[in-house]
Amino acid sequence: MRFVDEYRDADKARALSAAIAGLCEPGRTYTFMEVCGGHTHTIYKHGLEDHLPEPITLVHGPGCPVCVIPMGRVDDAIHIAERPGVIMTSFGDMTRVPGGRGSFLDAAARGADIRMVYSPLDALKIARRNPDRQVVFMAIGFETTTPSTAVTVLRAAAEGLRNFSVMCNHVMIIPAITAILDSPGLRLDGFVGPGHVSTVIGCRPYGFVARDYGKPLVVAGFEPLDILQAIHMLMLQIAEGRSEVENQYARVVPWEGNPRALRAVDEVMEPRPRFEWRGLGLIPRSALRIREKYAAYDAERRFDVPGGRVADPKACQCGEVLKGALKPWECKVFGTACTPETPIGTCMVSSEGACAAYYNFGRFSRRRVRDASREASR
Amino acid sequence: MTSREEQVLERVDRARRRKARVREEHITMAHGAGGRATQTLIEAVFLDAFRNPLLEPLEDGAVFQVPAFTAPGGAVARLAFTTDSYVVSPLFFPGGDIGDLAVNGTVNDLAVCGARPLYLSAGFVLEEGFPVEDLRRVAASMARAAAAAGVAIVTGDTKVVQRGRADGCYVTTAGVGLLDRDTRLGVARARPGDAVLVSGPIGEHGVTIMLARGELEIEADVTSDTAPLNGLVAALLQATGSVRCLRDATRGGVATVLNEIALASGVAVVVDEDAVPVRPDVRGACELLGIDPLYVACEGRVVVVVAGDTEGNTAGNTAGNPAQDALAALRGHPLGADAAIIGRVAADPPGLVLLRTAFGGTRIVDMLVGDPLPRIC
Repeated sequence: MRFVDEYRDADKARALSAAIAGLCEPGRTYTFMEVCGGHTHTIYKHGLEDHLPEPITLVHGPGCPVCVIPMGRVDDAIHIAERPGVIMTSFGDMTRVPGGRGSFLDAAARGADIRMVYSPLDALKIARRNPDRQVVFMAIGFETTTPSTAVTVLRAAAEGLRNFSVMCNHVMIIPAITAILDSPGLRLDGFVGPGHVSTVIGCRPYGFVARDYGKPLVVAGFEPLDILQAIHMLMLQIAEGRSEVENQYARVVPWEGNPRALRAVDEVMEPRPRFEWRGLGLIPRSALRIREKYAAYDAERRFDVPGGRVADPKACQCGEVLKGALKPWECKVFGTACTPETPIGTCMVSSEGACAAYYNFGRFSRRRVRDASREASR
Repeated sequence: MTSREEQVLERVDRARRRKARVREEHITMAHGAGGRATQTLIEAVFLDAFRNPLLEPLEDGAVFQVPAFTAPGGAVARLAFTTDSYVVSPLFFPGGDIGDLAVNGTVNDLAVCGARPLYLSAGFVLEEGFPVEDLRRVAASMARAAAAAGVAIVTGDTKVVQRGRADGCYVTTAGVGLLDRDTRLGVARARPGDAVLVSGPIGEHGVTIMLARGELEIEADVTSDTAPLNGLVAALLQATGSVRCLRDATRGGVATVLNEIALASGVAVVVDEDAVPVRPDVRGACELLGIDPLYVACEGRVVVVVAGDTEGNTAGNTAGNPAQDALAALRGHPLGADAAIIGRVAADPPGLVLLRTAFGGTRIVDMLVGDPLPRIC
């Protein structure tokens, strides 16, 4: 397939892998965080760790939109979904995220009308087709998905639709990275920066990571060779004693981002004073809400929501996993009480969640997998 | 691997093997998706209630002996029996419709038991307001499919429910078939060294249905692969007596079938990503949707496990090698022209499917969890 196969070439991977190994200083280890869940997914899906030399460890960051949704928000959304006449819409991954009273799937089984959509514009279509129902889109995601929600609200306003609203849960990557950098005891040598987010915000906003915290950051694409190349670029920076923001994904990411998308977001949304992140707690100015001007399209204003905070289950260590302090398998309930079919924590839900990715794709160590693979070839 | 990680993974293995338990209070869409939740429901509710030796292996059909009363001398016949319901939406899609799907699905379930399909039943649940013309189209399509597969629809049933209580038309088919030969097939029969084959490119039916719903605004020239596999299977069984197990890869896709084999046989299945046939349009659509084609439903593909090149092989001579014989037999049939050997059975790690990625890594291919797309077969 054009534009895909060239980023999955095993020979190029081996060459890059050798170059990375050549940059490892003897006796030293390197720990890099891939902030974005999309990267986590690619790493496990393609078995990318098999190409990394032993001294390099990847830790998975908080960049999975589903993983950072706190249980209280899920309960609020279900509260809206269970109101008479409401059609709740959201992305497929959201349907299994557990709240205090179960997930969307459970609410649908109890009778709520919950529909999976591929884009907020699909939710708008449902609203047009059902003028006697209230259609709500539960919006989740980082800067990548925020502009499409903003554009949908603008379109609904232009059409004067009265039966459509958005429950806005959009979050921002910079406060999350800051929270990670400020969390005590963290040892990271650099970041693989989120490519999709950067198509919107560009590379400039990460400047503080390199400048104030002295950590290199390379914005990377989502094909396995992109990530391997980003790791090579991080290793080069370290070898040369630099800490800079670099753009590996220049074929897609403009340094300055997408000003039109940013304007649409700014028109419709504003930062919340604070927002609760699963595992990271309340982070000031880290999420967006609908501006007063578009109040008619704000589900939280239209429907009265309890807005309660629900403590995460005691056994769940998603917070530690999201901060990179624990590997997924180090969580007490990993793979036993908490599995993709019965997730206790959000990291086990989406295929971008570190725990689900590790459970689904990477549950066996590189060595053991290699042995099995060799046995099969005999 | 550290010993701590080893311990955790052993615990996970034990958890995967423990008795299925349904935790939900209500049926959710995930219970119909064909993955782990479906399996759990079947084991914890139906198997628990109906338990008997014929049901227990949870094959696509039950195979049993009946005395042949007309034949003196205590001769017996071996029959296969199966049933399946079809709730696909839309009812008509490129390459087929609910009618031929319902006939082919049941024919295929019998074929993968090693049986020659003979007679089918057809039950219809129709919604008030459903156009009679559409029902005629479905019936005509079923008749054509039955003729193509060489089976007869010999009994049926019709129910009508009020508007809003069904999605137009649901079809249930059951079928019986006869096992001509002493074929013993089963998901628990795979052994290390066996070869794993698939009879053609995967994922076409599932992608066709997703696109036919018109919700995705993706255009691709894909048609359903729905087809009767009894001829293909007969040719395969004729060519080699070394087939261990056959499964048609419907809901849950090839990945789910391979997991069922790995778990039931206590073996590992190692698949080469490069070797798995996927048409470019299907691959492209799957890339865009973020779906793995290994999990996408097929309606005309069979997964074959055959005693591999470790048995009956003469060095350098592929004739008499069961895996190669099987491949040649599949490719010799019009429905198996693009068949491929996609992997091998290994001893370790038992119960798991591993994929050697085109990128040069290795990963697990676990059972489907949840339901990325509702009702495709």
